[in-house]
Amino acid sequence: MSKRFVYADNSATTKVSENALKAALPYFTQNYGNPSSIYSLGMEAAKAVLSARQQVANALGAARVNEIYFTSGGSESDNWAIRGAAALGEKKGKKHIITTAFEHHAVLHTCEYLEKQGFEVTYLPVSSKGLITAQQVEKAIREDTCLVTVMFANNEIGTIMPIEEIGKVCKAHNVLFHTDAVQAVGHTDINVQTMNIDMLSLSGHKIHAPKGIGALYCRTGINLPNLIYGGAQERNRRAGTENVPSIAALGAAITDAVTDIEIKNSKTSAMRDRLIEGILKIPQTRLNGDTEHRLAGNVNISFRGIEGESLLLTLDLKGIAASSGSACTSGSLDPSHVLLAIGLPHEIAHGSLRLSINEENTEEDVDYILEVLPEIVKKLRKMSPLWERICKTEGIEDYTEK
Amino acid sequence: MSGGVDSSVAVKLLQEMGYEVAGATMHLYSNEDIGLEDTKTCCSLSDVEDARLVALKLGIDFYVFGFETAFKEKVIDSFVNTYLEGGTPNPCIECNRYLKFRKFLERARLLGYDMIATGHYVTKEYSESKGRWLLKRAPDRKKDQSYVLFHLDQYQLEHTLFPVGDMNKEQIRSIAEKNGLVNADKPDSQDICFIPDGDYGKFITERNGEQPAGDIVLSDGTVLGRHRGLINYTVGQRRGVGVSYSEPLFVIDKDISHNKLVMGTAEEIFRPFLTAKNVNFIPFDTIDEPLRCTAQTRYHQQDVPCTVYPVEDGRVRVEFDDPHKAISKGQAVVFYDGEYVLGGGTIE
Repeated sequence: MSKRFVYADNSATTKVSENALKAALPYFTQNYGNPSSIYSLGMEAAKAVLSARQQVANALGAARVNEIYFTSGGSESDNWAIRGAAALGEKKGKKHIITTAFEHHAVLHTCEYLEKQGFEVTYLPVSSKGLITAQQVEKAIREDTCLVTVMFANNEIGTIMPIEEIGKVCKAHNVLFHTDAVQAVGHTDINVQTMNIDMLSLSGHKIHAPKGIGALYCRTGINLPNLIYGGAQERNRRAGTENVPSIAALGAAITDAVTDIEIKNSKTSAMRDRLIEGILKIPQTRLNGDTEHRLAGNVNISFRGIEGESLLLTLDLKGIAASSGSACTSGSLDPSHVLLAIGLPHEIAHGSLRLSINEENTEEDVDYILEVLPEIVKKLRKMSPLWERICKTEGIEDYTEK
Repeated sequence: MSGGVDSSVAVKLLQEMGYEVAGATMHLYSNEDIGLEDTKTCCSLSDVEDARLVALKLGIDFYVFGFETAFKEKVIDSFVNTYLEGGTPNPCIECNRYLKFRKFLERARLLGYDMIATGHYVTKEYSESKGRWLLKRAPDRKKDQSYVLFHLDQYQLEHTLFPVGDMNKEQIRSIAEKNGLVNADKPDSQDICFIPDGDYGKFITERNGEQPAGDIVLSDGTVLGRHRGLINYTVGQRRGVGVSYSEPLFVIDKDISHNKLVMGTAEEIFRPFLTAKNVNFIPFDTIDEPLRCTAQTRYHQQDVPCTVYPVEDGRVRVEFDDPHKAISKGQAVVFYDGEYVLGGGTIE
């Protein structure tokens, strides 16, 4: 069997698309001017930034182009939105924030920081399927709530939250609503106006733009204080010379991302379902997340008795790039807070696999994964003392012995 | 790899010997796990980054193995429990036993590598006559680390290389300098990695709460004063106990069931024998008759003559020719025949 390469980690990052690359290239060596300069080279760059801003605004259904601010990525956008909203709340004596237990660390750690600054944070518990409800949000809202921040789609288990309903609740109670939509953009329809989203974070490299570029949508009228001070870029709200090539690439990438979402999703979800069905044939496995409200490309499955890290390294030897939740900068893995939040015991959360595919994957990729994975799981279980213990204590027949 | 000088030079030597080498670091704990607040990120990254930099310089692949769960169970928890039971644990041995030479080796084999190499100062050789691998002390006795490797089995010895084991610090330093591994200037690791400030008492108190104060007594029961919780004392300790007496006193026992710290004179700290469990032998599987050899009961200690007797359940009784100082429960007793490590066990 010849070794293939299958990239199944699109929730971690994506390949830069031809269109995005093409959009970026002129701004490296030809139109390399500073958008703030008055000569024509600078104006060319400024035009590129403006046209990308228009593209992002269109993709999100924003009412105005100048509601889009370019940032360094999802984490900066999250930090800016949450810390900004907290500062606005504090002025009015409102120091309560509502979020969920399974947000991305960019949100969770920002909230933890704010707790140390005297804010109170409610972490809504997540159902075993990995969802929260608008009712939960409504119940948690208090007189002094200054912000609700709920992710659009979860990065590990791919569940999609009822954002429109939550938006309605927040509007009714006049509370600011921010959503981290890093995993959702391009995978599900988003309209910040009809969904009553006040602020939305997105990241370029999850949608085939380069790393290091992102955006924050911030509705007109929200006077968000700056996170980064300096020059007058982004209408005085976010200092730093614009990352013109990446901004141009983001504009092209997001335009492609929101085109034909349904067509792409139907292809991707068919492959996803075949993967899930095939993998669940392996004994002692479970699917994490919801079957209905799920990103089209997300597969997250726990295998009892093995370590996720061994699984990933062995998959890599077979040319399959996957992940086991969110990887930290060392390349080492912590037990996923997301899987713990949906109630998985530590031991099972440890042996989990996330495959995140997209429309560029093929049926052959799926075949290959389904051919290789069961054998790897069997091999790892065979050498796992934990698996042996599980079989013994629960009276499970050990199929690896056959 | 730690990014330190020993493992960096080890990689260089292996490359020169023609091995295909990859590097890996075990990620064992987060700063939060050990009560350090400064990083709320998921890992304490500096050691990992140091090692990654060396790997890049040497042109080898580099992996990080996340063994936090096993480290907590097998090393940190067992350290705390042994302390609470009145023993003096040696977590480095447990880490070698369960992580470095078990999980790390297993992971390397899974990735298709034949062997692991470590920067330990020991050597190994194959005995044709015995058909077994043998473990020897490092020639540089000051650096010798055989004491913490007595538990190695034949599979582990066969699949492990000790490239720097027969070198001295000067040789290592000169190879490091010649190859521009000056980043390898990191200080040698000290004490216990997960208690960087060395305050074991505080570490345990933070996890398990304040330990009750109690009496400090002589072996005849005479009360000398009060102690601040038994975890704050070590068998053999002389200074810092805070009692005065006509002659120097040492901690000779921690009586957990009565919460008493037992002090004794220099004479009383010597004991003629000990028993040990979890015993491993290297040149043979077991012993059925008494074994004459030397033994040491602390890391850096002169080995002394003794006789090892097999007792039930694979345990052994060690009788010293002359009474031996400060034998502590939880430490290892390691047996030697000249430069060869015969094996060892955990003192009961």
